Amino acid sequence: MADVVLEALPDINADLSAEMLADPQQDFPTEEMLVNMGPQHPATHGVLRVVLRTDGEMVLEAVPHLGYLHRCAEKIGETLAPYQYIPYTDRMDYLAGMNNNLAFAEACEKLSGLEAEISQRAKLIRIIFAELNRIASHLVAFGTYGLDLGAFTPFLYAFREREYILDLFESTCGARLTYSYITIGGVTDDLPDKFVDVTREFLDYFEPKVIEYNNLLTHNHIFVKRTANVGVITKKDAIDYALTGPVLRGSGIQWDLRKLPGSGYEDFDFEIPFGRGEKGAVGDCWDRYYVRICEMQESVKIIRQALDRLAGTEGQEVTHKKGKTLKLPADEIYHEIENPRGQLGFMIRGNGSVIPDRVKARGPSFCNLSVTERVCSGVLLGDMAAIIGSIDVVMGEVDR
Amino acid sequence: MAPEEITELLKKEFGEFIVGSKFDTAHPRVGVRADAWPEVARFLRDDSRTGFNMLRCVTALDLLEDDTLCAEYDLHAIRAPKSGAAPYELIHGICIEVSVPRNNPRIPSVADVWRAADWHEREAYDLMGIIFENHPDSMIGPNGKHPRRILCPDDWVGHPLRKDYLFPMEYHGIPAVTEMGQTRPVH
Repeated sequence: MADVVLEALPDINADLSAEMLADPQQDFPTEEMLVNMGPQHPATHGVLRVVLRTDGEMVLEAVPHLGYLHRCAEKIGETLAPYQYIPYTDRMDYLAGMNNNLAFAEACEKLSGLEAEISQRAKLIRIIFAELNRIASHLVAFGTYGLDLGAFTPFLYAFREREYILDLFESTCGARLTYSYITIGGVTDDLPDKFVDVTREFLDYFEPKVIEYNNLLTHNHIFVKRTANVGVITKKDAIDYALTGPVLRGSGIQWDLRKLPGSGYEDFDFEIPFGRGEKGAVGDCWDRYYVRICEMQESVKIIRQALDRLAGTEGQEVTHKKGKTLKLPADEIYHEIENPRGQLGFMIRGNGSVIPDRVKARGPSFCNLSVTERVCSGVLLGDMAAIIGSIDVVMGEVDR
Repeated sequence: MAPEEITELLKKEFGEFIVGSKFDTAHPRVGVRADAWPEVARFLRDDSRTGFNMLRCVTALDLLEDDTLCAEYDLHAIRAPKSGAAPYELIHGICIEVSVPRNNPRIPSVADVWRAADWHEREAYDLMGIIFENHPDSMIGPNGKHPRRILCPDDWVGHPLRKDYLFPMEYHGIPAVTEMGQTRPVH
C-alpha cells in the first residue's frame, strides 16, 4: 500500500492582509441589501410596504410606501350628500367605526348649526359608543402587538373581550364592524332594552381583565426586553411630526382633545395617561403600548359616568329629522376629535346645496406613520415589527 | 390670541405679503402670499407671541370659480403647563391660506419648518397637483421637479381631486369601464 501523503490544507486567511486580520470588525465583511417588508407582511397590520436598506441586522433606512388601499374617499365625498357619506367614514379606520362616524357627523353639525339641537340623550349615547369602540380598538392593538412580538395568547384574550363589545354594538345597530350608527343629527336608533344593565355587567367583567393583561404581557420580562428603550420618539419630534393619540402621549406629552372645551367630555372625570419611561426611556415602544392599556381603564370610567346620566333622558328624540336632508351653508370648517389612534379631522366646505364642495379627512394613522422614517433608521431588523406595531396604524385610514 | 390679533401681528411684520382674511366663518383664516410663506411660517413657529409648533393638517382646495388652487394650513400652538402635573394647554389656533393660480400652482415647501408638512404636501401634490418647491422628497417629472406622489402610483396621469379631472379609460391594460359598457361618470 502506497503511503498517503496528506497535503497541507490551504490557509483560509491567506488572502487577507495583516491589517484586516488585526481588526476584529473586518472578520465578517458585510454589504448593504434592500429588503422589502410588506405589503403582505403580518407585522405591518395591513398593506403597508416598507423598503429597508439593511447592513447585516441593522436597518439603515426605512421608507414606507403607501396607497395599496387608496380609494380616494375625498373625491367620493364631493359627489354625495353628507348623510350618504357616513358609511364611507366607517371604512377609513375600520377598527373604530363609531369614532369615525362621530367625527364626520360633528363636523357637519357644527358647520350647519345643527349642533345646538342634538338632544342630551343622543350626545350621551354617542359618548358611550365612542368609548366602547375605543376599548375595542385598543384591545386589537394590544392583542396584535403581542402577536407581532411572538406572544399568541394575549391576542385570544383580547378578542374574547372584544366580542362582548361587538355583541353590544350588534344588539343596538345590527352591524359588528362598520356601524354607521352615529349619524348626522344624533344616532340612527334608540338603545335596545336592558342595554344599560348589560353594559354595566360587561364593565364589571372587563375591569379586572386589564390587570390580567398586565400580568400576562405588560410586565412580561421578554416583552419588556423587546419594547423598552426601543424606537424612542422624543417630545420635540412628536410635536414636529404632529403625532397624536397614544403615540404622542407615549412621548410624555399629556394632550387630549377630549379635555378641551366644546368636546362634550367637559364634565366627565377622567385622567390622560402619558408615557413616564417606567421601563426605559420616555417615548419608547413600551410607553406607547402602556398608554393604550391605561386608556382602556379611563374609558371604562367615562362609560360608567355616561350610563349614570342616561337615567332621566328616556323618551328624548335621538334622531334629528333635519339630518337626512341637511344642506351645508357656503362656508367651511375644520373639526377634529380624539380617535383611538389620534386626532381625526374633517375639513368640509359647503356651497349652500346638499352636496359639499370638498371633504378632506386628516387620518391620525397617516400622520403617525410618517415618523417611521425617522425612528427606524439605525435600529435592528427585529425591532421593526416592535416599532411599527407600537404606532398602531390602520391602513384603511392611511390610504383613505 | 384671537385670529384677528394674529392677523394684525402678521400685517405689522410682513405688510403687503398678508392678503385678505376671513373671520366671519367657522374656519377663521389668513391669506399669505406664496412667495413669503416659508418666511411667515418660520415666524409663526419661532416667535414667542405665536409659537405655532403643531401643523395639524394641510388641505388642498380647487376653487374653479376663482381659477385658483389653495392650500390651507391648520396650526395649533400647544405648550407644557407651568406646574408639573397638568395636561398640555392649547394657546391658540389659526388657519393660513395660500392661493396660487391654477395654471402655475407653485408654493414653497414648509417641510423644513414643520416636519409634518412632508407627507401632507406629497398628498396635496398627488391629489391636487400643487407643486411644492424645494420639497425634501422630490423627483423630476416631465414638467420639472415636483414632490413624489404618495397615494397614487408614480406613473398616474392627472390629479384626481381637481374639479376638471377626467377619469382614465384604462390603467396598464385594466379597463375602467363598468359592466354595462359605460365609462365612469365624469364629475
